[in-house]
Amino acid sequence: MVTTSTPPGVSRVDLARLTEHWAEPRSLRGWFSTVDHKRIGRRYLVTAGVFFVLAGLSALAMRTQLARPEAGLLSPEEYNQLFTMHGTAMIFLFATPMLFGFGNYLVPLMIGARDMAFPRLNAFGYWVFLFAGLFMWASLPFGAAPNSGWFAYAPLNSEQHNPGLHMDVYALGLLFLGISTTAASINFIVTALKLRAPGMSLNRVPLFVWAIVATAFMVIFALPALNLDNAMLFLDRRFDTHFFDPSAGGNVLLWQHLFWIFGHPDVYIIVMPGLGIVSAVLPAFTRRGVVGYPLIVLSIVAIAIISFGVWVHHMFATGLPQLSYSFFSAASTIITIPSGLQIFAWLATMLLGRLIIRVPLLFVVGFIVTFVLGGVTGTMFALTAFDQQVTDTYFVVAHFHYVLIGGAVFPMLAGIYYWLPKITGRMYHEGLGRWAFWLVFAGMHVTFFPMHLYGLFGMPRRVYTYASEPGWGGWNLVSTIGSYVLALGLLLVLVGVVHAVRRGRPAPPDPWRADTLEWATTSPPEPYNFPVLPRVHSLHPVWDERTAESTGEGATADRILSEGRNTLLTSELDARVERPVPMPESTLKPLVLAAALLVLFAALLVAWYPVAAVAAVVVAATIAVWLWPAGPSRTSGVATP
Amino acid sequence: MDTTAGMTMSAARPAGRRRQPRPLPVLTALCGLALLAGCGGDPPSVLNPAGTGAARVANLWWLLFWISLAVVAEVMALLIWALVFRRGNVRVRHGQPLRFVTIAGAGLPFVILVAVYGVGLRDLAALAVDPDPDAPTVEVTGHKWWWEVRYPGASGATANEIHIPVGERVKVRLRTDDVLHSFWVPQLMPKTDLIAGETRETWLRAERAGRYRGQCAEYCGTQHAHMAFLVVAEPRTDFDAWLTRLNAPARQPRTEAERRGQQAFVQGTCAACHAVRGTGAQGQVGPDLSNVGSRWSLGAGAVPNDAGHLGGWIVNSQTVKPGNAMPPQPVGAAALPDLITYLRSLD
Repeated sequence: MVTTSTPPGVSRVDLARLTEHWAEPRSLRGWFSTVDHKRIGRRYLVTAGVFFVLAGLSALAMRTQLARPEAGLLSPEEYNQLFTMHGTAMIFLFATPMLFGFGNYLVPLMIGARDMAFPRLNAFGYWVFLFAGLFMWASLPFGAAPNSGWFAYAPLNSEQHNPGLHMDVYALGLLFLGISTTAASINFIVTALKLRAPGMSLNRVPLFVWAIVATAFMVIFALPALNLDNAMLFLDRRFDTHFFDPSAGGNVLLWQHLFWIFGHPDVYIIVMPGLGIVSAVLPAFTRRGVVGYPLIVLSIVAIAIISFGVWVHHMFATGLPQLSYSFFSAASTIITIPSGLQIFAWLATMLLGRLIIRVPLLFVVGFIVTFVLGGVTGTMFALTAFDQQVTDTYFVVAHFHYVLIGGAVFPMLAGIYYWLPKITGRMYHEGLGRWAFWLVFAGMHVTFFPMHLYGLFGMPRRVYTYASEPGWGGWNLVSTIGSYVLALGLLLVLVGVVHAVRRGRPAPPDPWRADTLEWATTSPPEPYNFPVLPRVHSLHPVWDERTAESTGEGATADRILSEGRNTLLTSELDARVERPVPMPESTLKPLVLAAALLVLFAALLVAWYPVAAVAAVVVAATIAVWLWPAGPSRTSGVATP
Repeated sequence: MDTTAGMTMSAARPAGRRRQPRPLPVLTALCGLALLAGCGGDPPSVLNPAGTGAARVANLWWLLFWISLAVVAEVMALLIWALVFRRGNVRVRHGQPLRFVTIAGAGLPFVILVAVYGVGLRDLAALAVDPDPDAPTVEVTGHKWWWEVRYPGASGATANEIHIPVGERVKVRLRTDDVLHSFWVPQLMPKTDLIAGETRETWLRAERAGRYRGQCAEYCGTQHAHMAFLVVAEPRTDFDAWLTRLNAPARQPRTEAERRGQQAFVQGTCAACHAVRGTGAQGQVGPDLSNVGSRWSLGAGAVPNDAGHLGGWIVNSQTVKPGNAMPPQPVGAAALPDLITYLRSLD
């Protein structure tokens, strides 16, 4: 605890009380029962990082197999499980949780709150994510990992064509994980709408928070389609229903429609927070607020809406009616515009500001280069005729890696370097960071650019081997070499993080002279985030003298709230103070509930239905205990001494 | 042949090239020698079209390519300008100059996108035109992991090899026997998925004679990688002759070895799954082998079709193409050469 000096306006007594109320047991029990959004956010980041490494190693194994024609390193079964786990893990176990990790850590800090709106739900979401991730990865050593591709088309996902546990792991794993994602999303929405600092009206909300909230809304609307799909798949496989069985009146395209009603918004679910990170990082390194704030907010909302109207462009080769192709082609073409708008807003920011070239900015530049290249091929795919020619080839593999690595991984890396001082209280090593950037950037392009070429030259995706067709072999080797360079770069990122944690010099509260509220408190923040809940007067509160004053001398008891665990509830639109709300103490209930769910899903997987029934009872009981109306607790009101 | 009226409808048009495939000037410039190495031979490339459908898409690609290049160049120029000329560390600036962002980021792209969408719609319509009802028709059924090829009216069937007359629009009727597959001949026509429980149609029209590689493009399980096929576009007379042979019984054995091989085939386990027309072998599970000797490959592109690979395939195809439906065959060392000789004679 670094409480060397008290901020002006805050007495030592206040500070001592805050420290006491927000402290958590240092025991193992404290470790398992924490509800602090910062610790949970860190756990999300680390866990998603571990799953990223596993998915990345799967990719390296695949690239090694594909380095030359007719290689025999992996059997077809092994290869098919690896590429399915690679895609599934990258999308579900890495990209979304990693970005939600950033969100968890940063949203309360950026809006000047002391925690998420539902801290226990937050902890529960993390445990479910961890257990669902382990549930899915654990199938790989047994050779029972999902094997039908991350989008698992019917009827290849059926019991008849795919016996064994593979697709049961997929269906149950994603249903299990969906609980976590839904919980986190609801939490983000309520947090951002109700816990903003006084004065942070909607037109002063940081763009990163806008992006997270839009993402959360998209999850809420998109995920039910996926859950429904997987529930029907599980029923088809285990209980002889026939939702996707054409021989009994089912429809195999139903799977695709439902999957992509989720799946296309999901692309933006992954990219949107990445775009938010870029908008958060740029002001610090251009010394200027992002140009076009209202346009960017508009574009975030537009993307969130239009993304629900483009799913059929994943089905342009299925022979649906022409009219529907024309409509979905138009929607897919037009969704380029809001994304392009943001790119130009950032370019304008860079041109009108003054660049300070540090590692986070390098990754932003890498993001723009990569994402624009992925964007132009994305527009190509919106045109049905062209899509029919290149879909399911390596051209599409190139395209979506440009979009996802460009749109999510580069911003994440920018974010890691940018917020590392805040999260760890230590500065990273600039030289190491630059090496990492150049290796990642070069490795990424050497790996994926050639895929455009051999995709056009006719190489389909998801093949465990290929004949030595002209134009394929050499470029595949180039891709494989690139993938090792990329891996080396990512390893250097890890080295940089470890180096910073172990050896980095201590970080000041605001090493970048940045503009958002997380920089207005210590690095790392105290458990209560802010000794005085700040009052916001502009879009760039930390650059605003008035904010600085309001966190200091103007501090009053109703913004220190030191009589218990409290944060301030404000109105949705203009963030007027409503009342203080008590925040929960740390508790083991989230862990118990998540563990009971794990038992439930594992029992369903291995068809021990009596065990599943018992687990379901435990789940229900835990929920009942959790929600049981409690008497007045020692933290339930500001008035309690 | 009376039932295949469509086949005899029109004489072949001159099979000459309509248009030379465009060179790849920019890609070549970008990628240098390595690409030249990649362009040796006749790649099954969408940029090397030999058919009406693929040629249209290739033209669309070049339009999109140049527009994209311009867009990327614009963004890179702005980025480089910022990186080179806009560096420093001065006081914070504010203000919202929105006009540049609105025009460059939304207005201009909107105009371009509407134009491109129009072109795309035109090409979509062109690809979607239904062939004449009496156009030659080929029925293709996808299996894990090979292609069954039939011509309506012809009694015979073949596998992994589609013969079409040059210069004619051929209707392709697609079905699948199991999971989804996708029918794709990069040089001739974009993809059409084979949907379980439904029938889809597409068409092929080759503008020049040749052999074009096709491949299943929708992931279909263990051996998706080895589900290739060949489209053989040939002059009308050659096509008609080929179709006549497809209708006739398979070639009869001429030598003693071939006779012994046929006997082994018909009386052994082969006939349970495979058919050879004009013999007792009528199996329907695997490909019809009546012309297997003339096919370009074994196992739908898994290995070349020669005596050595054929023997290996018969004895244990699971080592060649793990997961395929054919179990290892306990063929004695004495019978195997005869069986190979017989199958190689079937053309």
